[in-house]
Amino acid sequence: MIEEIAHFMLILALYGSLAQGYFSLSGAHKDSASMMRAGRYASTTVFALTFFSFLILISAFVKSNFSLSLVSSHSHTLKPLLYKVSGVWANHEGSMLLWTLILTMYGALISPFGKNIPLVLKSRAIGIQGLLAVGFLAFILFTSNPFHRINPVPVEGSGLNPLLQDPGLAIHPPILYLGYVGFSVVFSFSVAALIEGKVDAMWAKLLRPWVLASWSFLTLGITLGSIWAYYELGWGGWWMWDPVENVSFMPWLAGTALLHSIMALGIRHKLADWTVLLGISTFSLCLIGTFVVRSGVLVSVHSFATDPTRGIFLLMLLIIISGSSLSLYAFRSKKIRKHLKFEPFSREGGLIINNLLLVISCITVFIGTFYPLFIDALSGDKISVGKPYFDLTFTPIMVLLILFMGAAPLLKWDKNSEGQIISLLKKLILPIAIITILTFLVGKSILGALGLALAAYLAVATLIAIKVKTKDFKSWKSLKPKTVGFAIAHLGVAVFAAGVVFMSVWSEDNIGRIKVGEKLKVANYSFKLSSINTGQRKNYEYLNATIDVTKKGSSIKTLSTEQRFYPARNIVTTEAGFNFTMGPTIFTAISEGNSQDGWVLRANYHPFVTWIWLGALFMSLAGFISLFDKSYYRS
Amino acid sequence: MKKCFLIPLLAIALSFNAISKVPQNDIDLRSKEIGKSLRCVVCQNQSIEDSDAPLASDMRQIVKKRILEGDTNDEIINYMRRQYGDFVLLKPPFQKNTLALWILPFMLIVASGAWFFKAKK
Amino acid sequence: MIRSLIPLFALLIVSIIFAVGLTKDPRSIPSQLINQKFPSFSLSELNDAENIITEKDLLNKVSLVNVFGSWCAACITEHPFLMGISDKENINLIGMNWRDDRTKAINWLNYYGDPYDKIIYDDESTLAIQLGVTGAPESFIIDFQGQIRYKHVGIINKKIWEKDILPVINSINMI
Repeated sequence: MIEEIAHFMLILALYGSLAQGYFSLSGAHKDSASMMRAGRYASTTVFALTFFSFLILISAFVKSNFSLSLVSSHSHTLKPLLYKVSGVWANHEGSMLLWTLILTMYGALISPFGKNIPLVLKSRAIGIQGLLAVGFLAFILFTSNPFHRINPVPVEGSGLNPLLQDPGLAIHPPILYLGYVGFSVVFSFSVAALIEGKVDAMWAKLLRPWVLASWSFLTLGITLGSIWAYYELGWGGWWMWDPVENVSFMPWLAGTALLHSIMALGIRHKLADWTVLLGISTFSLCLIGTFVVRSGVLVSVHSFATDPTRGIFLLMLLIIISGSSLSLYAFRSKKIRKHLKFEPFSREGGLIINNLLLVISCITVFIGTFYPLFIDALSGDKISVGKPYFDLTFTPIMVLLILFMGAAPLLKWDKNSEGQIISLLKKLILPIAIITILTFLVGKSILGALGLALAAYLAVATLIAIKVKTKDFKSWKSLKPKTVGFAIAHLGVAVFAAGVVFMSVWSEDNIGRIKVGEKLKVANYSFKLSSINTGQRKNYEYLNATIDVTKKGSSIKTLSTEQRFYPARNIVTTEAGFNFTMGPTIFTAISEGNSQDGWVLRANYHPFVTWIWLGALFMSLAGFISLFDKSYYRS
Repeated sequence: MKKCFLIPLLAIALSFNAISKVPQNDIDLRSKEIGKSLRCVVCQNQSIEDSDAPLASDMRQIVKKRILEGDTNDEIINYMRRQYGDFVLLKPPFQKNTLALWILPFMLIVASGAWFFKAKK
Repeated sequence: MIRSLIPLFALLIVSIIFAVGLTKDPRSIPSQLINQKFPSFSLSELNDAENIITEKDLLNKVSLVNVFGSWCAACITEHPFLMGISDKENINLIGMNWRDDRTKAINWLNYYGDPYDKIIYDDESTLAIQLGVTGAPESFIIDFQGQIRYKHVGIINKKIWEKDILPVINSINMI
């Protein structure tokens, strides 16, 4: 019964969001305070309705109510509580409800968190947020009802995909959606600004916290996904250029560009039309991401079971939402466009280069991701675009970006300060040269040496920028949260880049078939297969390998890796054995084999791989710190 | 000003070099290099080097066998391509239908660079 | 104005690609081997490790080579149909036991029945890779001269048989 109420609440929420859209937009148009108030109440009501319906779904999972088809096919009575709860969003219907819940939450938060935002502008944004919710609630109700009943009620559920039974993956979707869907607020304000035909520094300042929050959650979400893939998929890759990863990375790139362009707009009233376009595009990329993952249009390990009507519905939503906003942009952007004047060697120039490079890198990822689809649609040929393509195209763009990233913050806002670059280079040339030569001598790789030098250059240049801001590290108190955020984020990029360089130049992998007692060598390490055990636990059969890792004769760590077979789902998973450190990480994973021929074992040596995630976490943290900057909340 | 443009170009040239390394004689290194560029056709976007799928492991064996038989890297990759088509190549070949794929990113860089220095005043 | 229309135009193109993409199966890879000679191979028979099968065993008749394995769930769905055609149709039904264990495969056939005239045992994907196999079941139709004429990915049932496969066989027999 209570599940029917939850279903009914979603129907009410659909009507509520229609009301939210109508009252807010029409109230703003007529400048009617009472209608706008009604719109705000509607936004809170819609959120409350969706929230309670979501809670009921959680409780159905926790209570293992198998009369719901969703619960019976994605849960099991014996699952730990954490996975019962995370099972709610480990499937299509539940995760779309979570998506929509976060969408309505942001809609409801605009009013209480945006006290300094002009009422009419705020109402327009709330109204657009309501219309977005109409689309997604309709999607849930018409194609993906999570409260669908089955009869007869099964005695037991069929369990959760074992790959998804992981604490990292339990929190990954909510965090990722907080970022993804957060950009809907930016979208709504961009469209609202187009309706009003007014985009100014004030608008940019008001919007910046929303961009920051969404961006930080998205960064965190992507990082968690990367860590999960590294240890759970069993081959030690931290980024695979998989379509599902790419579609979360594209909004990140566009969002990063937005984060910087909004700064130029907030300080100098520049790049207004461009910033609005980025705001619309970033959310459109999020919609494309949702479409790709949910429709299975590009096959992927992450895709949920596919149903053509869902794909068509989501594509229609994308066309309606992005199409109407971009049409509005086409008609109104002229009104907010100003002739762009800037000095190339100024901080403004730097911000523009930043935006150009980030957008080009985003387009490159876009082309790489969708090109196979494009060729298939055009001629029926099947091609693959994998890591080697992105190494050749995306990486050089990032190298350029980092080069500009180090110098730009040291330049004057709008004055040509070529001199600063030269004096910076003069200061840096000796230490960088030493780092390059030393790493080359130790690591015997020109690419590695240049890569690390690049990371070091960014770190040092960022430190110099802080030195200037703190007047030779003396006046820390005057440092604003947004400046701290800048420093940590840019240092994070340096740490990240160093990790990437280490991994792509000095990591070593080895796969071999070995018997018990034999060794597999990688770098200076020796992986000895000391024992193999098989057996059965709860709902899977396992093959466990104990591996003694030694380095030049001295013991490092004993690792345990497992291959698990879940007969109920006919799924094999690999539990890797690893030893995370801030320096070298060793990683091992076992796959098939038998006692006569030996077992296939993977031994990886991953120097500084942890820096990749540490750097990314720095960036995310920096975003959250910047949120505390008071200048964003003044009216 | 011109000098500043040289550095990034140099970086691009170097990253090109690094990725298309000369084949080394060592069998393991060569099979790894080939393996990284071949897609495991039953997996999603994984190379046969990275995949645990049985077919990937068999494909690795064939790569090794062919290296021992004296095939060059290109011969082995072309062999796989004959069976599975361009789909098996993780690095799409530079040909008519991938022209846009390879050229667009670099065209965009050049075009935006030109715009940047033209639009300033 | 034209400049501000660019994003809308880009969206249009992307939407068209997505719409066409929805109608296509990203999993199906077109075979590279249609109208080419069946690759030469030399592998043992499943039921008799001493007995060697080669591509010559496919000559002078219309053959259907069916890739299967005891590990493959979809093969169980397909199997009754193959059992049904094995006596009725005038076709040389060759099984290709892929990536399997000899004993497991024989047990599997004892349980579900053996529709095949001969079974190639390919445990190391030697032939499978030459044929560009990406999964099981997959089926190939070979003509009198040993040329591959058709490839079907996935299970064969009555509908697919009548719509896609029988016409190919008939066209071969007509010549």
